[in-house]
Amino acid sequence: MSDNTKKLIDQVKTAYANNSALKIIGGNSKDFLQACSTDASLEMTSHAGVVNYEPTELVLTARAGTPIVEIEKLLTDNGQYLSFEPPHFSENTTIGGAVASGMGGPRRPWGGAPRDVLLGCRLLTGTGDVMRFGGEVMKNVAGYDVSRLMAGAQGSLGVLLEVSLKVLPAPSKTITLTQDLSEAEAHQKMRELAAIPMPLSGVCYTNGQLYIRLSGAHASVNAWSKKIGGERLAENSTFWERLRDHQLDFFDRSKPVWRISLPPAAPSLACADSTLIDWVGGQRWIISDAAPEQIKSEALKLKGHAKQFYGNSSPEPWAMSSQAALAPIQKRLKETFDPKRIFNPGTHADL
Amino acid sequence: MSTQYTSALRERLAEQFKSFVDPAFVLAEESQRKPYECDGLAAYRHLPLIVVLPETIYDVQKIMRICHAEQVPVVARGAGTGLSGGALPLENGVLLSLARFNQILDIDKPNLCATVQPGVRNLAISEAAKPFGLYYAPDPSSQIACSIGGNVAENAGGVHCLKYGLTVNNLLSVTIVTAEGELVTLGSGGLDSEGFDLLALITGSEGMLGIVVEITVKLLPIQERAQVVMAAFDHVETAGQAVADLIAEGILPAGLEMMDQPSLQAAEDFVHAGYPVEAAAILLCEVDGDNEEVSEEIARVRQRLTDSGATEVRTAKDDNERARFWAGRKAAFPAIGRISPDYYCMDGTIPRKHLPYILREITRLSEVYGLRAANVFHAGDGNLHPLILYNGNEPGEIERAEAFGGKILEACVEVGGSITGEHGVGLEKINQMCAQFPPEEITLFHAVKAAFDQQGLLNPGKAIPTLNRCAEFGAMHISQGDMRFPHLERF
Repeated sequence: MSDNTKKLIDQVKTAYANNSALKIIGGNSKDFLQACSTDASLEMTSHAGVVNYEPTELVLTARAGTPIVEIEKLLTDNGQYLSFEPPHFSENTTIGGAVASGMGGPRRPWGGAPRDVLLGCRLLTGTGDVMRFGGEVMKNVAGYDVSRLMAGAQGSLGVLLEVSLKVLPAPSKTITLTQDLSEAEAHQKMRELAAIPMPLSGVCYTNGQLYIRLSGAHASVNAWSKKIGGERLAENSTFWERLRDHQLDFFDRSKPVWRISLPPAAPSLACADSTLIDWVGGQRWIISDAAPEQIKSEALKLKGHAKQFYGNSSPEPWAMSSQAALAPIQKRLKETFDPKRIFNPGTHADL
Repeated sequence: MSTQYTSALRERLAEQFKSFVDPAFVLAEESQRKPYECDGLAAYRHLPLIVVLPETIYDVQKIMRICHAEQVPVVARGAGTGLSGGALPLENGVLLSLARFNQILDIDKPNLCATVQPGVRNLAISEAAKPFGLYYAPDPSSQIACSIGGNVAENAGGVHCLKYGLTVNNLLSVTIVTAEGELVTLGSGGLDSEGFDLLALITGSEGMLGIVVEITVKLLPIQERAQVVMAAFDHVETAGQAVADLIAEGILPAGLEMMDQPSLQAAEDFVHAGYPVEAAAILLCEVDGDNEEVSEEIARVRQRLTDSGATEVRTAKDDNERARFWAGRKAAFPAIGRISPDYYCMDGTIPRKHLPYILREITRLSEVYGLRAANVFHAGDGNLHPLILYNGNEPGEIERAEAFGGKILEACVEVGGSITGEHGVGLEKINQMCAQFPPEEITLFHAVKAAFDQQGLLNPGKAIPTLNRCAEFGAMHISQGDMRFPHLERF
């Protein structure tokens, strides 16, 4: 639990001087998604610790290498939580990696993604400079919102040293209901529920069952669970954690499992052999033997995008936008933050 | 630039624009350009070189291609309600008004979103979505007039953003025309997109990175019930502590606003909201949700506020009273306008715990500068709007008001806050940027702009100061800053 900034700066400056590359590694729990072409690592886990947390300010600032489990425990002890429900692909998952990956959990449609709760960051750029963007305040429109740009940038634009996140009071009651439905019925039903003002915090369809999670005030959760109906899932069920962490049977590492981001009402993908629906339809997980280009092209036609997560021999790079006019802009941003392309080479395609 | 050169350029642009834009919407005469000389920050005025109001996206692309070829800067403008001079025209530049982009293109209930043109008023989206049981959450106080394109440019907030987020949290995609006239969409039909999050980056970028021509916003189901509690306090500090106590209690209000005595008095005189004018400060705390949830929460809020020392706690007895409580808050600015010939509205943000310090500092500075101040505060999210009262006809008062405002913002930065929470930097707060950011970050901001706009044609001179300017302002010490494209006039 210490501040390792100086050592990290030295490593980046050395890489800059030597024209060498660095792979930024936190808990290494998302290595299966990282097509990085260097083995020289910038190790982040020793740069850890919560720097500032005052529950009544609803802000937590932590060094990037702090394990998520540690942050979540601290928040739970204070009746608060991370609304974006970050995946824990291992118990070593760090907050820096969670933000850099940009991933939100089952609560994403209501609780947002890292981009939505990231208030500020300290960034180590590709020239070895430390810069501060945003801060610990809820609202800040001075200068460009560089910190949110870092969420989901997979470390390609710099090293997150510290992140400040908006945290929220945890709901006092959570209930999960299940209903036996077909995929089409479930897709329809979940969208109907999402259009009604109720305390939804997750809806997922898998294996013939629709899972509906309600979180909020006791009276409200109880009243809605009666109205919606279905089987109550046991309190000690770990369904949502297993969904969040890709531990459900559906996420079979030996099969080609794809993530498809789509408008919620988009139809089922023709190329899918089987489908898990999350985020009210906004995130579909499919198993498909179709050619990668076919899956990507079908997703694009439905105004979304696709990426293979499991079942490939090695991870493919994260795609950049398919719009030609954006390519030079993204490249110039990369050059601005990391002029010598030190960080995570190969992680993004065509950068 | 010489006068002849300027007139020749104006004529050349007018002729080219009129070849595809209805000539009635190409304004070259001085009398036609005059209404566009300022935005909501009326103290700053410049007559634009020419004004053009295109009707289609393709026209915007053509205008940008012409301006790019001619190396003429362009300032985009929505409803012109901005408070920081972000849409202040350039005397050597085109003012591109998006007022004719005023159509709601689609309310997509199955996907809980709406696609709209940038000139659509914020409130008009919620009105159009209402028959579907949906609404657009961010509600800046100017929502009856301000346009959604301007909301994107400023990352507008409102009184409900602690719970429902800012503009950036409520967008799915925006389509922009780049400085070179290319059309691109940032974001996607889903909740994320490939590559870097340029949607987040462009939100709040004050028209410096691209011209927003189409926007898809998230819509939320209208809550079954909203209820507001008003609490009065003897001291501003007690009210500030009550806010922290509410949060500590685990309550996340939909809206949480504070007004000090001068503000609530002015608002009461103006709209008769029913505020207790003898109080030193009031809090308005709104909770929303379903009926059961609201009843449960209101009871907790009332108890907490009483325990925190409120002298009076009143729950709005019906929708009329609730609307009146909010009308007083939303009319606070014009209400101040009635008691002072002019006022200057600030927009600092702070970690909430520093509120008593900042309020004491404002009182102290008020004496130093000999000007009165009133405060309204988005208390839940630490966004303070001090209103400095002055008379623009009195020599020296506007300068004193600006200096006073600048000092407040510097005090906000000093306690870890920001010089602007939702109004933007524009031209108004450009000097204070030098206090908030060191030269390295400012240099990087310029590079971010250049990644989108290599020639610096979009709204140049706003939002990000040159290092030279910071050196002159005295907040930085550098021997030489680099000025790109010196032939373009800058501030």
